[in-house]
Amino acid sequence: MDDVVTIEEALSTRAQKEQAQEAGLPMYASRVKVHPKEIGGTFRRLKWAVLIALLAIYYVVPWIRWDRGPDAPDQAVLADIVNGRIYFFFIEIWPQELYYLTGLLILGAVGLFLVTSLAGRVWCGYTCPQTVWTDLFMWVERLIEGDRNARIRLDKAPMGAAKFAKRSLKHAVWLVIAAATGGAWIMYFNDAPTVVRNIFTGQASTAVYFFTGLFTATTYLLAGWAREQVCTYMCPWPRFQAAMFDEDTLIVTYEGWRGEPRGRHKKGQAAEALGDCVDCNLCVAVCPTGIDIRDGQQLECIGCALCIDACNSVMAKVGRPLNLITYDTERNQEARAAAAPVPKYRLVRPRTVLYSLLLLVVAGVMLWSLAFRATLDINVLHDRNPLFVTLSDGGIRNGYTIKILNKTLEDRSYLLGIEGLTAPSLSVVGQEGEGAGAAILEADADSVASYRIYLRLPREVVTDDTLTFYFTLTDPDSGEVARNETVFRGPKP
Amino acid sequence: MPTKIEKDSISGQETTGHEWDGIKELNTPLPRWWLYTFYACIAFSLVYVILYPAIPSFSSHTPGVLGYNSRVELEGQLAEARARQAESWDAIAAAELSEIRSNADNLTFALAGGAAAFADNCAPCHGQGGAGRPGFPVLADDAWIWGGSLDDIHITLLHGIRNGGDEARDSEMPAYADILEPEQIEAVADYVLSLSGAEHDGTSAAAGQEVYAENCAACHGDAGEGLRELGGPRLNDQIWLYGGSRDEIVSQIRQPRLGVMPGWQERLDASTIKMLTVYVHSLGGGEE
Repeated sequence: MDDVVTIEEALSTRAQKEQAQEAGLPMYASRVKVHPKEIGGTFRRLKWAVLIALLAIYYVVPWIRWDRGPDAPDQAVLADIVNGRIYFFFIEIWPQELYYLTGLLILGAVGLFLVTSLAGRVWCGYTCPQTVWTDLFMWVERLIEGDRNARIRLDKAPMGAAKFAKRSLKHAVWLVIAAATGGAWIMYFNDAPTVVRNIFTGQASTAVYFFTGLFTATTYLLAGWAREQVCTYMCPWPRFQAAMFDEDTLIVTYEGWRGEPRGRHKKGQAAEALGDCVDCNLCVAVCPTGIDIRDGQQLECIGCALCIDACNSVMAKVGRPLNLITYDTERNQEARAAAAPVPKYRLVRPRTVLYSLLLLVVAGVMLWSLAFRATLDINVLHDRNPLFVTLSDGGIRNGYTIKILNKTLEDRSYLLGIEGLTAPSLSVVGQEGEGAGAAILEADADSVASYRIYLRLPREVVTDDTLTFYFTLTDPDSGEVARNETVFRGPKP
Repeated sequence: MPTKIEKDSISGQETTGHEWDGIKELNTPLPRWWLYTFYACIAFSLVYVILYPAIPSFSSHTPGVLGYNSRVELEGQLAEARARQAESWDAIAAAELSEIRSNADNLTFALAGGAAAFADNCAPCHGQGGAGRPGFPVLADDAWIWGGSLDDIHITLLHGIRNGGDEARDSEMPAYADILEPEQIEAVADYVLSLSGAEHDGTSAAAGQEVYAENCAACHGDAGEGLRELGGPRLNDQIWLYGGSRDEIVSQIRQPRLGVMPGWQERLDASTIKMLTVYVHSLGGGEE
């Protein structure tokens, strides 16, 4: 019975809405629920592999340890909001350096542009969290409620004991997965072993419970209930991803030139009158967003390629050439339709070159700035009240608060100096004596040290009400120097 | 009430039975979720009225079953904050002034508390950060009329200046308009200017030197170095409380302005005054 093709009574959600409108129902059409059918094949296997790999990364990463010495957390990947640090293996980011995160987002965006212009919406179809978790939730649904037809029947059935049991079990499992998802997200912001223990012993902070609950709720709602609506209505990406496509982009395509006219082959009928498409609607039945790929490229298509698996399984049975639905470029399709030689796939195109260059530049800048990242910084706040003080000998004194950012993991002592002032004399509150423009300041490992500094100048060198100069901070061990421009204020001349 | 609910033939929707000029109103009820939210709000408000202060009367309001009240809550929070600080307050009360400065915890607490108390009580005259203003001494500079050590500042703070109190710091410069001739006053002003190296009339200053020695040196010192015991300000520096121009100096000699400062021990507790002392001392001019 291998060559029997099941005909699915599947209609795309669009067709169902159109039918409803033709029947004279109001303009507004509510969501048509999608019941994707299970399908096996190359792309399904690929999607499972990607799903398992991504979930593994998501759940395992917070547990990786990374020794940073006694004063820093030993979690390899951690966004420590309370202490204002982001750790990524050997990289440590201070709040002032959040631009690394911006760089990462830019890399992500440009990478997405590049991949999309090469191979369409592979991000949407395989790796987007919405896709991964929806796939996982659908798998659970299928295990409990059965495949497409069983689920449609269950939907229509009145609520009874069996339906109630199945539904409850499904939602319970969904909630457990959602809670595990939300709980794992929290681990990226807290020490994983500690927070897990605290969550289960009831000792975690309100914030931890709140955010776990929040992400549990969003996972449950987005992957369980909203599903393809997230991609179609909530996500901005499908709206403008077409701008990355061109005639050389690999997209999921129905080969209309050989599929049409579609029709159901009947025994004894001349097959020549019909195209390769047997109109079994299996491609519609398996589609997680409920579209008919034979309508052409459309916004709702996330490029998951499950329709390719579906169509190939049928083509194999009816003995027609495979890949009636296939990954192909528009240029190739035009050539194939005209029975012309298929041009070579063009990887190098202005847009891919541009995206690659952008990617290289941004990555290069980030690497460069990371490699030469300053481990020392100085911030200077000039006193505003009083702006300056006239001393009894006529000299002028200004006060400053100096903050030293020691980004190394060891205690350091630095040399504070002054550039651009004549005859300064400098005193540090809490230190004995007055230096002639230099002082030794200490800062603990991985922290900010704050000092009050008084700087005085003889009256005759204060020639203007604002003198611009630099504080310099030198690390005698590494020779690293941080400078900060500030002002010395005096009376109007 | 219409007995039979009529349906609109075009939209298939029910009508309310209201009709104007042949136009029938469609019955579009509020969405279910909106209604339930509305009912939930009503239920919530009823519970709230019972539990919390709600209905006003002429002079008060219903107290609510829980006895909650935002003022009581604030008082509780303030008491809690005070209890958390108790240890630090006790440490300040027990410590000598110099001990407050040498202990890092005490110093941090005293500087924060001193800054707050300063802003409330002292800044109106002495300016934020002790910046001073004409007639009100700068506290951040190194010139002190009554002394700038911790103990000196503490005594000034406790008893104040020229406020009539028994222990208040007191000094009174006479009005020389009644004692000296106008030319003598002009001359002594020139001499005072010469003490700090300011621009002055040489001949007039020479004439003023004698007048100064007879009338001023007792309090302001032979060379204008001041005398803190008597509160005689230093005249040979660049700090002028009432202005350093010749006219301003003449005016101050003729009819002196004498600033008054209240004694704070009647207004503030001992620990706050200690913290203020340490804070003022830290502004940049503190002496050992």
